[in-house]
Amino acid sequence: MGMGIDIRNRMAKRAAAEVKDGMVVNLGIGIPSLVANHIPASFDVMFHAENGILGMGKSPEKGLEDPMLCNAAGIPVTIKPGASYFDSAIAFGMIRSGNIDMTILGGLEVSEQGDLANWIVPGKRVPGIGGAMELAKKAKKVIVVMNHTSKNGEAKILKQCRFPLTATACVDMIITDMAVIQVTDDGLVLKELMAPHTVEDVIRLTGAPLIIADSIRVNEDC
Amino acid sequence: MINKIGSLDEALSKISDGCTLMFGGFGGVGNPPTIINGMIEKDIKNLTLIGNDAGFPHIGIGKIVSQGRVKKLIASHIGSNPVAGQLMVDGKLEVEFSPQGTLAERIRAGGVGLGGILTDIGIGSIIEDGKEKLLIGEKEYLIETALTADVAIVSAKKSDYYGNLVYETSARNTNPLVAMAGAFTIAEVDKIVPLGEIDPSEIVTPGIYVDMVIESKGVDWRWAWE
Repeated sequence: MGMGIDIRNRMAKRAAAEVKDGMVVNLGIGIPSLVANHIPASFDVMFHAENGILGMGKSPEKGLEDPMLCNAAGIPVTIKPGASYFDSAIAFGMIRSGNIDMTILGGLEVSEQGDLANWIVPGKRVPGIGGAMELAKKAKKVIVVMNHTSKNGEAKILKQCRFPLTATACVDMIITDMAVIQVTDDGLVLKELMAPHTVEDVIRLTGAPLIIADSIRVNEDC
Repeated sequence: MINKIGSLDEALSKISDGCTLMFGGFGGVGNPPTIINGMIEKDIKNLTLIGNDAGFPHIGIGKIVSQGRVKKLIASHIGSNPVAGQLMVDGKLEVEFSPQGTLAERIRAGGVGLGGILTDIGIGSIIEDGKEKLLIGEKEYLIETALTADVAIVSAKKSDYYGNLVYETSARNTNPLVAMAGAFTIAEVDKIVPLGEIDPSEIVTPGIYVDMVIESKGVDWRWAWE
């Protein structure tokens, strides 16, 4: 397991701690997809996929994949008892009507107000929107999991997003390789650190003002 | 007697250069492989293509896109097909992005005889550019227009001679929506069974929406995760 994977799993593990028993959760592509591996087995969580599954189970064993049974990223999945299949319009109907308790998404940029940009880098990579607009706007709780800075070391948490927005004022919490930040009406609150990073490190690499919580938890093992 | 069973050649005769083609499937899963391969063999090009995504470069509808057979694509996502992204950046492929759920509803609207839908998804983003808005009560909505196509191609697990369709697990995805939105809808199915064999309450797409049924030769590509 490389260093990169470890950091990704640390973020996923911290995000998983936000998932409560009984929730309906939609996980985005990339690091968010690792969150399912860190949910306690005793929890009854219904994982939702935009292509049309409610009630995904764990990943199939190698060699036992069903090519027709995949999540929204095209990765084979299984289902658990109580699962259902439906078309993509129904899948998004569930999202828009407010039936998804939590979504965990990747991000390119998040603003001080909780605006999210995660679908286009103009003139460069154009992945497309996918289901991010619906999820960001309509899930009851939106958690963004992303690296604290870009590959060039630039801040991704900013006063205003530079890239085109996915949705405005939608993000509740940002989990990065350095910190856990809550988006509040008063601004961004730094609540937790990922060891060995310090408050000063986080302030230096964040492009928006941070309110420092009274007591800061340091995540050593996740 | 109604019998919609056709051959691949008959199906391909309905798809012409320059037509608007809608396809079912999501990330390659649920794309109709036999029709797609037939289109490539027949060198069909210049398409306006409507569907969820651009697949993967060598998987499903992605092959049609990667080979430059599409002039315009209306989709929610092309990230899994870097060739599509490159064609777009090079100005060789026009792409209209629609949020995934909005796209699904635009297709559904087209298939059920509606002119469009009202949604608040995309407000405050560049998706709203150039679109009309409507105030209902105190809430603002975007008007998103319906989508239809000359030909729709879908994939299903099972059909009878009337074209009643049953889908397989998550390969259902956009297929039931796309099946409704084609002026001529072709269903590629794994198995054709006699009329009456499918339990009516199991049918997802009533055969009224399906014009032709062909038997699938099955998926012949390697999946991205393999």
